[in-house]
Amino acid sequence: MDIHEYQAKEILANFGVATPHGAVAYSPEQAVYCATELGGWHWAVKAQIHSGGRGKAGGVKLCKTYNEVRAAAAELLGKTLVTNQTGPEGKVVQRVYIEVAEPFEREIYLGFVLDRKVERVRIIASRFGGMEIEEIAKEHPEEILQVVVEPAVGLQPFEARELAFGLGLTLKQVSRAVTSILGCYRAFRDLDATMVEINPLVVTKDDRVLALDAKMSFDDNALFRRHTVADMRDHSQEDPREVQAAEHNLNYVGLDGNIGCIVNGAGLAMATMDTIKYAGGSPANFLDVGGGASPERVAAAFRLVLSDRNVRAILVNVFAGINRCDWVAEGVVKACRELNVDVPLVVRLSGTNVEAGREIIAKSGLPIISADTLADAAKAAVEAARSAPQRDARTA
Amino acid sequence: MSILIDETSRVLIQGFTGDKGTFHAKEMIAYGTKVVGGVTPGKGGATHLGLPVFNTVKEAIKQTGATHSITFVAPAFCADAIMEAADAGIKLVCSITDGIPAQDMMRVKRYLLRYQRDHRTLLVGPNCAGIISPGKAMLGIMPGHIYKRGAVGIVSRSGTLGYEAAAQMKDLGIGITTSVGIGGDPINGSSFLDHLVLFERDPETKAVMMIGEIGGPQEAEAAAWIKSHMTKPVVGYVAGLTAPKGRRMGHAGAIISASGDSAAEKSEIMKSYGLTVAPSPSELGSTIAKVLAH
Repeated sequence: MDIHEYQAKEILANFGVATPHGAVAYSPEQAVYCATELGGWHWAVKAQIHSGGRGKAGGVKLCKTYNEVRAAAAELLGKTLVTNQTGPEGKVVQRVYIEVAEPFEREIYLGFVLDRKVERVRIIASRFGGMEIEEIAKEHPEEILQVVVEPAVGLQPFEARELAFGLGLTLKQVSRAVTSILGCYRAFRDLDATMVEINPLVVTKDDRVLALDAKMSFDDNALFRRHTVADMRDHSQEDPREVQAAEHNLNYVGLDGNIGCIVNGAGLAMATMDTIKYAGGSPANFLDVGGGASPERVAAAFRLVLSDRNVRAILVNVFAGINRCDWVAEGVVKACRELNVDVPLVVRLSGTNVEAGREIIAKSGLPIISADTLADAAKAAVEAARSAPQRDARTA
Repeated sequence: MSILIDETSRVLIQGFTGDKGTFHAKEMIAYGTKVVGGVTPGKGGATHLGLPVFNTVKEAIKQTGATHSITFVAPAFCADAIMEAADAGIKLVCSITDGIPAQDMMRVKRYLLRYQRDHRTLLVGPNCAGIISPGKAMLGIMPGHIYKRGAVGIVSRSGTLGYEAAAQMKDLGIGITTSVGIGGDPINGSSFLDHLVLFERDPETKAVMMIGEIGGPQEAEAAAWIKSHMTKPVVGYVAGLTAPKGRRMGHAGAIISASGDSAAEKSEIMKSYGLTVAPSPSELGSTIAKVLAH
């Protein structure tokens, strides 16, 4: 789960990381009020979306007057911001963060990730802050400092000191940077984060070390024990279909093809999409209905897939292990009777009670195309999608 | 022979008395697995499915001589259950549980290193379908009837895609020594490599099918090892060719977030190390058949 910059800063500040003064606003008037309350002479008005690359996409505005703050907030709020990380559809700005802008002398990169290769927390730092880490790795690979944290004892102060000295900071700055590094690590550990990125961490003229930007991601599997984090979820930044899917315990990821997929198991769902592509088609989504595909869940899956107007055919692929094919078949038939399934439907069942399942489909009298193998199912779905008319035109 | 489990393995069920533990214990017993009891803290002394229930794993081992365990414990408590089994001396823990926090797994992996290599517990999973040595024993939640006994080893991240492979092979008359699911989490107990080492050593296994997916470095690491150490042919497949970057595809670990994470890149790496890569998931069985015919 991702959170906004202002939320990440609020969390990190509680762990002793110094941040510039700031406040969140939902309207231009509120933005001006924030600026007056915060004081100072210059303010940054920053679009709050779950994505990096905001600065380059025009999502951060430096303002010198209250009028400029109002204008910047008015421009950003409600705008769809497209950055190099959002994809072409972009993300809608619904909150702006007003921050006191301060001049700084140096920009540092500081990142924490849960590294799958070493299965530990890896800290990455570089004196080339303000650039993306991929860029730093390419252009200044020798200027990347790393620490892999031993999970039994956690990050030690000497490790943070080594990083701070390695970044070439002065004595006064080192002790402040160490506080920030240790604070970020504690936040990472205590809140089950998977990523913390401060880019840049800046050093001011008077030797303060401030997190000018902050990004945090959290482990979805740990949200049950991190209520304060879970409460920060902003559904407006997520695909509404994915939010709807999560409510039914379904895993859905929207894609740009036209064959809707309903599959049990994440691996088989990906493999089904691959087979569709191999057969010359293009999947509209990833959808894992999970182990216990009850008729209710199957119906919810159909509703979700049909809500994508690009879908021209649906492929159901279930390999029943704990599930039984007859049960899944009943769910499919029920969904077809209750919903307006206005596209060709291909069903492939395999595993436990497969004969009974196929019989239910055959006897239903519904125009369902049955397939025995994954390859046949994909081929049938691709052909059906090709010959089916566009749905928007037909329903209009 | 087979790897990891056989008819002599003495199995303990952690989370025995819950719905899932009960259901799958029955299935495993019906398949012929030697289930010797279970652990549910607070229910020690009771009898469930005609088998003893214990409060602690240590006590269970003392009374039953259990060597293997399988966890049907809720995600919040599963890391604890795995560490308890490791500390008590269980040789192999198979964790079915989906949804264990990644930092819990990080600590579990660190905890397992407390023990000398010879006494260290092997963890399979979490978030996996388990292990089956067809005709001998099943330590998992798979449908046992789709597996035929034979000479191919399967190691797969995904459960259902592993079923698909086994069923395609059975249709072609090809059987399996052991099928292992290593699970879809970003941090898992054992990797492809751990099991390939065992398959290489197993005299009955003639070829191996390795089924990966997007995310993480384990497929590439295994492929490099195969090139330098493995004498048996390996067929590879990586699911997720159509997966977009940065989106999590169901499994916590199935996400393209670094270079080398995508299915196309991993398939290329496998090919460069001499593996035969199945062209599509509908050709897992036919590809292994071709390799066996050679």
